[in-house]
Amino acid sequence: MGKRTVIPFGPQHPVLPEPIHLDLVLEDEIVVEAIPSIGFIHRGLEKLVEKKEFTEMVYIIERICGICSFGHGWGYVSSVEGLMGIQVPDRAEYLRTIWHEMGRIQSHLLWLGLLADAFGFESLFMHMWRLRETVLDLFEKTTGGRIIFSVCKVGGVRRDMDKETLQSLVKALKKMKVELEDLTDVFLEDDSVKNRTVGVGILTKEDAMECCAVGPMAKASGIAHDTRLTGHGKYMELGFQPVIETAGDSYARTVVRIREVYQSIDLIEKAVEMIPDGPIDIPVKGTPPKGEFLMRIEQPRGEAIYYAKGNGTKFLDRMRVRTPTFSNVPALTKMLQGCGFADVPILVLTIDPCISCTER
Amino acid sequence: MSQLRMGKVVLRSLFRKPATLMYPQVPRIWQERTRGHIEINEADCILCGMCQRKCPSDAIIVDRKERTWTIHRMGCIQCKSCVDVCPKKCLFMKQEYTTPDVIKITDIHHIPEQEKPAAKEA
Repeated sequence: MGKRTVIPFGPQHPVLPEPIHLDLVLEDEIVVEAIPSIGFIHRGLEKLVEKKEFTEMVYIIERICGICSFGHGWGYVSSVEGLMGIQVPDRAEYLRTIWHEMGRIQSHLLWLGLLADAFGFESLFMHMWRLRETVLDLFEKTTGGRIIFSVCKVGGVRRDMDKETLQSLVKALKKMKVELEDLTDVFLEDDSVKNRTVGVGILTKEDAMECCAVGPMAKASGIAHDTRLTGHGKYMELGFQPVIETAGDSYARTVVRIREVYQSIDLIEKAVEMIPDGPIDIPVKGTPPKGEFLMRIEQPRGEAIYYAKGNGTKFLDRMRVRTPTFSNVPALTKMLQGCGFADVPILVLTIDPCISCTER
Repeated sequence: MSQLRMGKVVLRSLFRKPATLMYPQVPRIWQERTRGHIEINEADCILCGMCQRKCPSDAIIVDRKERTWTIHRMGCIQCKSCVDVCPKKCLFMKQEYTTPDVIKITDIHHIPEQEKPAAKEA
C-alpha cells in the first residue's frame, strides 16, 4: 500500500467551467476516495420567490443556469400551471418542446466541446462550439435571446413561430447535422479520443441505481430513466424513446449525448410536422391557490424537480428546484474511486457538472 | 485512418472564411426579435409606473415628482415585460446591445409635460 496523499481539486481549475471542490485521497496515482464540497456560488434565487410575483419569477428562474435556461423556465411555469389547474394550448406545448430540444442540442454540443478541451483536443472543441452557434442563432431568431430566452410564461409562450420560420429551423438543423456527423465520428472512432474515454470511470447499473444517477449518466449505465416518458410536453405524441447504452464508461456517456443530439433533431423535425394551429397562450386569472405541486422535467443533464407551494396570494410560499447535477455528485464520487489521477478532469466533466444549477 | 476524420474537417475550414466576426469593428447582423436594450419615447410616457412595478430586477424607477424615467442599464435583464405592460406603448426594444463599459450606466430621461387631451375640448 502506497502513502496516502490528499490533493485538493478545484474550486478553481482549468477544466472546471464552474466551481466545485473535491478532496482527492490518492494512493500513489490512484484515487481511493473523493470528498466533494459545494456552495461556492449560492445566490439565493429560490428565496426571491417570496418577493417577486409568480408571473415575474419566470425570468429569475431562467437565470438559474445559462445552458438549460429554457428547461428551468418551462419547469417553473409547468409547476405553477399545475398548481392553478391551467391547461396550456397544444401549440404552446409543441413550441415549448421544440425549444427545449434545441436547448438540449446546444447543451450537449457545449459539453462535447468541453470534453474535447479536457483531453486537450483544442480544434475539436472549437468546431463543436462553432456548430453550437447555429443553434444559438436559431434561438435568437425565434425567441430574441441567445442564452436567456424569456419566452415561457404562465399560461403559454410569449412568441409564436410561423410556418416559414419552423421550416427554416429544420433546414438549418439538418445542415448542421451533416457537419456534426464528421465531428461526432472523431469522438466515436478516433483512437486518441477513445484511449481517454473507453473503459474509464465505469459506473455499473447497480451503482447508478444506488447513487440515484439521472440523465445521460443513468442512461449510459443501462437505466431507462427519462422523465420525458412521464408525459410532460408533447414527447409521447412524438413517439419518444430514451437512448440507452450499457457499458457505463465515459465513452458510453459520450455516445448517449451524441445520440441524443441526433434524436433531438429528429424530434424537432417531427414536432414541426405535427404542430397544430391555434392560440399560443391563455389568459391567466387569479393567483396560485393554497396547495403544492411537483413537476419533473428532463433537462439536458437529467431529471430536474420543481416544487411549488402556493398560499393564495400572488407570491408563492416556496419554490424548490432539485437539479440533475446535485443527484449526479454521489455517482461521481463512486466513479472516481479507483481511477487514475490523470482521468479525474474527464470524469468530473462526464457528469456534465452545472454548479450554478446545483447551488442556485 | 482515424486521424483523417478530423483532418477532413480541418482542411475544409482552412478554405472557409472565419466563423467569427471582428466584433465590434465589424457590426453583427441583428435578428428581428433580438432583445438588445430598452428605449423610451418620452413624449408618450404618462409616468404611470407600470413598468417599474412589473420589472423583475427593479431596474426601472419612475419619479412622478421630478418627472423622470430612470433605467439602470446593468440591472436590466432585457425580459421585455415592461414593453408588454406599457399602456401607452411608449417603451420599445432596440435590437442593438448597449456598448460594453467599465462603469454602471444609469440613463435618466426627463418626461415633458403632457398637453391637455383634445377629447376634453370636444
